[in-house]
Amino acid sequence: MRDAFIKETLAILDDDPRTALVLAEISADPFGKALANYPDRAINVGIREQLMLGVAGGLALTGLRPIAHSYATFLVDRAYEQIKLDLRHQGVGAILVSVGASYDGAQAGYTHMSPMDVALIDTLPEWIVHVPGHADEVGPMLRAAVGHDEPVYVRLSTQHNPEAHADALRLKVIKPGGKRTVVAVGAMLGATLEATKDLDVTVAYTHTPRPFDHSGLGEIAGAEPDIVMVEPYLEGTSAHLVAETFADKAFRLRNIGVQRADLHRFGTPKDHARWHGLDAESLRQRISAP
Amino acid sequence: MTLATLLTRLTGDEKHAPSAHSTLDVLWVLYDRVLNVRPGHEDDPERDRFFLSKGHGVAGYYAVLAAKGFVPHDWLDEFGGPSSPLGHHPDRLRVPGIEISSGSLGHGLGLAVGTALGLKAQGFAKPRVFVLLGDAELDEGSNHEAIAFAGAANVDSVTAIVIDNRSASYSPPGGLGSLFTVHGWIASEVDGRDHEAIYAALTEQHPGPHVVVARTETKNA
Repeated sequence: MRDAFIKETLAILDDDPRTALVLAEISADPFGKALANYPDRAINVGIREQLMLGVAGGLALTGLRPIAHSYATFLVDRAYEQIKLDLRHQGVGAILVSVGASYDGAQAGYTHMSPMDVALIDTLPEWIVHVPGHADEVGPMLRAAVGHDEPVYVRLSTQHNPEAHADALRLKVIKPGGKRTVVAVGAMLGATLEATKDLDVTVAYTHTPRPFDHSGLGEIAGAEPDIVMVEPYLEGTSAHLVAETFADKAFRLRNIGVQRADLHRFGTPKDHARWHGLDAESLRQRISAP
Repeated sequence: MTLATLLTRLTGDEKHAPSAHSTLDVLWVLYDRVLNVRPGHEDDPERDRFFLSKGHGVAGYYAVLAAKGFVPHDWLDEFGGPSSPLGHHPDRLRVPGIEISSGSLGHGLGLAVGTALGLKAQGFAKPRVFVLLGDAELDEGSNHEAIAFAGAANVDSVTAIVIDNRSASYSPPGGLGSLFTVHGWIASEVDGRDHEAIYAALTEQHPGPHVVVARTETKNA
């Protein structure tokens, strides 16, 4: 996904003089060509994430469409107040693109993890959030995002699904089935399909959890909503939105995602998936529980 | 109507206006003689930009904007009220002529650096970007990210103005200007009440980013 992002962004910078790129050292090497070709709108500010967001806001104030990029924990967690005040509060937007989703950086430890990024973005008004599940979904969402001026967060991951569903901007039913509706977001689809292969449930997918597809979920879930949310970030991040979808009726909701826990452990993303109950076997038990 | 009268409408405090407002003289010189801005042309891409980073220095700012015709005078009477666009910190989406919404310290300089780069990228060579900060605001680390980068990248259309009213609990041993010059900025120091000196410093030509430290009365003197 990171390669797809770099390739598409290099092409976007070539194609559209209104676009800009702001880096804080991360990925400066692969973007070297753009930094050299467009010194005023492809900028590496050094290891300065607050400034990266401030510069993005300033570029947007002059009418450019900035893309800012770093690890999720440095881009979102560290620079949260700049995201809050230097973009939408000024009446401008930017495209923030992160790598290092949740426990992608398992060996690096908790300092390099951000399972809470989407929850933090969720505290702010009017953000579009893309969580691609496959590299082939990345290019089209970037192209769409440079076509307007809204604030957009793109969360890239080293985890991915076997197949791309570039059209899953809203909830897309991947596996029709029984009354229980399992919603898989981003790279959780692969493990979710494996976990449910002999279960009579409906599986729907999206790579764009914000804006939340209330009407799509309402249609898929039917008269007696029985929902399982499977999200690759902090567990329960979308719970308030599911509750909003079904504000006027009884519903059942099980939230599955990354636990609110600092494990102080390393290993691989696969290990962390197991520890957080997100491997196919754990998912199967949690999805099929009565 | 004089600036002092306009200020009185905001604060109701005739005795201390305008001397109570450390930013007032710099703001007046900027809007009266330096900035290429005018009412009705708030979106002209060729205009100069003024960013009030220390958003609490707003009373003098509103008074100057009213005196210069950006803001109707009667807006001043409801300063901070429920239907007033004039808050105790400025909101660019509510008030014509205001370039950034500020209040939380340490946001103006980063936005200014991005604005300067964005203007340059689009071929606008004329506009200058002025940012007004307070001496205590320089405590915020975000400023130092911007100062270091603007110096290294020679973002030369930015002029920072630091109102030094000795608000900070800890002052830098080498003076406020040294925080900038160590990164390649050019620093000037002026009497923050001396209009000719302020004007001269703000219109000097420099080959790199420029900071003007404007000394005023000590805040709690």
